[in-house]
Amino acid sequence: MCLAVPGCILSITDATPLTRRGLVDFGGVRKEVNLAFVPEAVVGDYVLAHVGLAISRLDADAAARVIAELGGTPP
Amino acid sequence: MKFVDEFRSPAAVAALARTIASRCTRPWTLMEVCGGQTHAIVRHGLDALLPSGVELIHGPGCPVCVTPAEVLDLAHRIAARPEVVFCTFADMLRVPGSATDLFTVKSAGGDVRTVLSPLDALAVAARHPDREVVFFAVGFETTAPATALAVAEARQRGLGNFSVLVTHVRVPPALTAILREPGNRVQGFLAAGHVCAVMGTAEYDAIARDFGVPIVVTGFEPVDILDGIARCIGQLEAGRAEVENAYERAVRRDGNAHARALMRAVFEPGERRWRGLGSIPESGLVLRREYAQFDAELRFGPPAAATATEGPCISGAVLTGQRKPTDCPAFGTRCTPEHPLGATMVSSEGACAAYHRYRLPQPA
Ligand code: SF4
Repeated sequence: MCLAVPGCILSITDATPLTRRGLVDFGGVRKEVNLAFVPEAVVGDYVLAHVGLAISRLDADAAARVIAELGGTPP
Repeated sequence: MKFVDEFRSPAAVAALARTIASRCTRPWTLMEVCGGQTHAIVRHGLDALLPSGVELIHGPGCPVCVTPAEVLDLAHRIAARPEVVFCTFADMLRVPGSATDLFTVKSAGGDVRTVLSPLDALAVAARHPDREVVFFAVGFETTAPATALAVAEARQRGLGNFSVLVTHVRVPPALTAILREPGNRVQGFLAAGHVCAVMGTAEYDAIARDFGVPIVVTGFEPVDILDGIARCIGQLEAGRAEVENAYERAVRRDGNAHARALMRAVFEPGERRWRGLGSIPESGLVLRREYAQFDAELRFGPPAAATATEGPCISGAVLTGQRKPTDCPAFGTRCTPEHPLGATMVSSEGACAAYHRYRLPQPA
């Protein structure tokens, strides 16, 4: 239950601030995720989702920096 | 998959293993705080890539594992009530209390349902206004914002038939407790990246400074974990003890301000008992008085009183890194994932379950 999974926002339904939600793609599996805590996130952004809520918008530049430094495959 | 596969790259893993080997001149003992990290380490065999002097000990960061028996007993009592729909994460179903488990309560007729999110439990409450819907709120600061959101929404929508049995725990007081244990061997921490995605890193500064331990905020993929280890050992070798962020793509220094604001509105820190660690001041999150009407413990009490017996299980010592699962005489014999004696065998993030799945000698 403790895992958080990265997924890409496909669409956003703006309701009240508490119930802002979106459809998020997790490597082919699509799920509704509450986006109340990432008001800055837009369609196409990646978020870290945990128990049905996004807890962080993932920073693609920071990810690319680490990958470049460590010699992995770039995203 | 983006943001996953890149951090499993075998080339980067091999390069990091070389970096660690070249940085390391002495034996070091590190603790990975989170059960998700333990699972990844054992599953990907990351500990086998480390120099022989580097030991990883598995921390208390599995909420299923640290929930004490008396809270489970209270959950089982509430779940058995005829008017109650008891909603829980699936991981909690087979965790034994002192008498039973939720799975058994369900087979005996209790309305126990598994949910993926507290918001799903809230939806059940909205659909069944004639039933009392209780959500079993376990988890660290990663999960607490979801509970806070469900409670805040329940209040906004006037869902009086919804309540939460809160057993949320906070990481920093647990780290302090581990460092104060006589015989503590932890010299550096890999902090749990998801917790820090919510809380930020400021809470850890005082711990790093006061105890002289490096704390490296670490993610969950193989590259993340080895990067965390490399940075932690780099600090130790240089005689530094700082908070360092090795999970920058998800963790900002201030964490998630929106999640923290709602958590602060709904919860306050309070004393909590942990399986294996005992009672730790300020280590839990409890509902503020303004939200007392949503407190299942008040609604269905009496409150949980501490129970002592935990049987042959040494999960307390496993959770504090004093013993390995394989040191337990019951491991793999009397205690298996099918018939768990302790929570660390039930949860897929528990150290005993991870060892059982990936480390048990397979019959030839
Ligand atoms: S193997 Fe089972 S009995 Fe032994 S410590 Fe782990 S959970 Fe407890």
